Amino acid sequence: MHSLAGIIYDFLVARFGRSDLLDPLFGLAGYLIPCFVVLGVVSTISGLLTYFERKVSADIQNRIGPNRVGPYGIFQFVVDGIKLFLKEDIIPDAADKFLFRLAPYIVFSSTILAAIVIPFGGPFIIADLNIGLIFIIVVSSLVVVGFLMSGWASNNKWALLGGIRSAAQIISYEIPAAFSLLTVVLIAGTFSMQEIVMKQGPWPWNWFLFHNPFTFIAFFIFVISGLAEINRLPFDFPEAESELVSGYNTEYSGMRFGVFFLAEFANIFVSASIAAAVFLGGGNIGLDPYKSGIVYQLLMVLVFFAKVLTLCLVTIWVRWSLPRLRIDQMMSMCWKYFIPISFSCLGLTAVWLLIFNGNGIFWRISG
Amino acid sequence: MAHFLTEEMILNMGPHHPSTHGVLRFILQTDGEMMRRAVPDIGFLHRGIEKIAELVPYQSFMPFTDRIDYLASACCNLGYAVTVERLAGIEIPEKADYLRIIAAELTRIGSHLIGLGALLLDLGAVTPFVHALRERETFNDLMEALCGARLTHNYVRIGGVSHDEPPSFREKTRKFIDHIENEFIDEFNELASFNTIFINRMVNVGVISPEQAIEHCLVGPNLRGSGVKYDVRKNDPYSIYDRLDFDVPVGHGKFGTLGDCYDRYWVRVEEVRESCRIIRQALDQMPESGAIRTKLTRAFKPPKGEIYVRTECPRGEMGFYLISDGGASPYRLKIRTGSFTSMAIISEVSQGVMVADLVAIIGSFDIVAPEVDR
Repeated sequence: MHSLAGIIYDFLVARFGRSDLLDPLFGLAGYLIPCFVVLGVVSTISGLLTYFERKVSADIQNRIGPNRVGPYGIFQFVVDGIKLFLKEDIIPDAADKFLFRLAPYIVFSSTILAAIVIPFGGPFIIADLNIGLIFIIVVSSLVVVGFLMSGWASNNKWALLGGIRSAAQIISYEIPAAFSLLTVVLIAGTFSMQEIVMKQGPWPWNWFLFHNPFTFIAFFIFVISGLAEINRLPFDFPEAESELVSGYNTEYSGMRFGVFFLAEFANIFVSASIAAAVFLGGGNIGLDPYKSGIVYQLLMVLVFFAKVLTLCLVTIWVRWSLPRLRIDQMMSMCWKYFIPISFSCLGLTAVWLLIFNGNGIFWRISG
Repeated sequence: MAHFLTEEMILNMGPHHPSTHGVLRFILQTDGEMMRRAVPDIGFLHRGIEKIAELVPYQSFMPFTDRIDYLASACCNLGYAVTVERLAGIEIPEKADYLRIIAAELTRIGSHLIGLGALLLDLGAVTPFVHALRERETFNDLMEALCGARLTHNYVRIGGVSHDEPPSFREKTRKFIDHIENEFIDEFNELASFNTIFINRMVNVGVISPEQAIEHCLVGPNLRGSGVKYDVRKNDPYSIYDRLDFDVPVGHGKFGTLGDCYDRYWVRVEEVRESCRIIRQALDQMPESGAIRTKLTRAFKPPKGEIYVRTECPRGEMGFYLISDGGASPYRLKIRTGSFTSMAIISEVSQGVMVADLVAIIGSFDIVAPEVDR
């Protein structure tokens, strides 16, 4: 199986020679190096996303946005991070101190775990698990544990309400999101993220988005449930600023708050990457990701990030133009509309594949 | 584990809460997200303005009226000035009257911009608030040109106004109201008012029937939102409002029930248009030159007597009840404000709604905390 870990292992073995002593070390390095690289990359990207969000929101609101630190204020997020590090870290007296400390890292790690199976284009995927999509669905619901934990441990009623809201919301929206991802699995016949990308093509009519009308609907259901799962407006109930003060992270300060913040933006990136990889062809430019040259591989990465950035832009755009729904409206939207629609999309896609022998709509049109 | 015990939770909303618009406190009894009751607890911003009035000369009290409702200081100035003038029988120059009306109506636009924007901010939409603030900036510039202050104007004085119009004030004001009327309101409606999520949040929430509104002494846009056509500027004209032609917008259940949050919101949007109409007429009718202030004696003492004068502020009827014993300062001054009366009905309309709805209800009343307590 191709994976970054295997490539690094092969490289190390070729460089230092095979020996029983070093072999486990090489294996470990093959997994650890990409992990740290991805941790760094995802953190940097989410930092840059905060800058991106501030600039886009400034543009929407006729403001200038950050422009002091570095050219066009691009290093603003670094300074923000330093500021959060230097802040006093307060833990309320009545809080459950262990859970209070633990919660932000659970939220953050569940996000980063999902990044393990994201195909960044070309060979750049840490572990091309054969259960990739299932893995994403599983680890992304882990976030709930962190949110509930922080809400409960804070010993604050607003935080508790935020935690409960997030549990209700994320668990509900997990279902339509999973169903719409499964629609693609039906077509691709695999859970592996890399293979899902490879089964699509470089052009829009090769994407699973336009495979049949039901995947088209499923894509939008996934994007909207994705918004709900990552607590972005119009679904930012767990931290609804004007209702719950700041929701589950009311009592957090300093770097622990920073980790929550980072996790939120990492979530945007991860959610956009899944949508890009599964529905929009990911980094597929019509070449084999493992056998083509480094230039083509980097081009794949570029294509992937272009798609992800577009989706991130949409997320931010929605955030700054819509008001928030009410919690009961949000729940009824999920249970009354999204789950039936996504479920019927799944079923109808199966019927479509049966009738048209597994071919997409453009194959039908072109004959 | 025999059974789950559910009990009501007492939530303390405020005095420092992002959506209470200042220092206000609500004691919420909730069952999870559902609310049993919300009891307003007022008094955090009491500054004893009514008592101060008894201690300072009549003219010196004017800056304190700015602080009754800091978002609409010119309207409060006007109310107090009209009260004292009626008691003392002071005639004021015609031009001063027009300048007062222009300042008051500009202030009404500025105040409603904040009110509408803040309501949307409470519902999670940040951008409309920023756009409204951008327009308010122009209003601030206009008032700064007119009287030098941007927030607490202290523009209207007993016997007239403090400054004459600066050069090119009329053109700038015309440009501003043209922009508001023809461009901004449409843009704002497209961005916020007709947004489906926003409409769903606002309709059929916090419904107040006309009878209920009158029973609770609601005033201003909150009363008119329930469909009662009552505006002090029309029903009991003061200053020169009887010379100007304008409509009184009332709620009619635009998207839902009569008297819901959306109706109160929509009345304010319509009122901005009406204010633009008033300003345009006042600018046309205003004399080119003339005196702007009747000179008062340094130790101004109105005759003995008492008077109650109502004026229409952005948050509704503002009444000044003034008793004079012939001295240099009022014997007693009672101020009646719109926000205070709307606080009383909140505990009634907030029964059985969700916590998120309470935010919408408070926002739709456009409560300004210092006006509640004075």
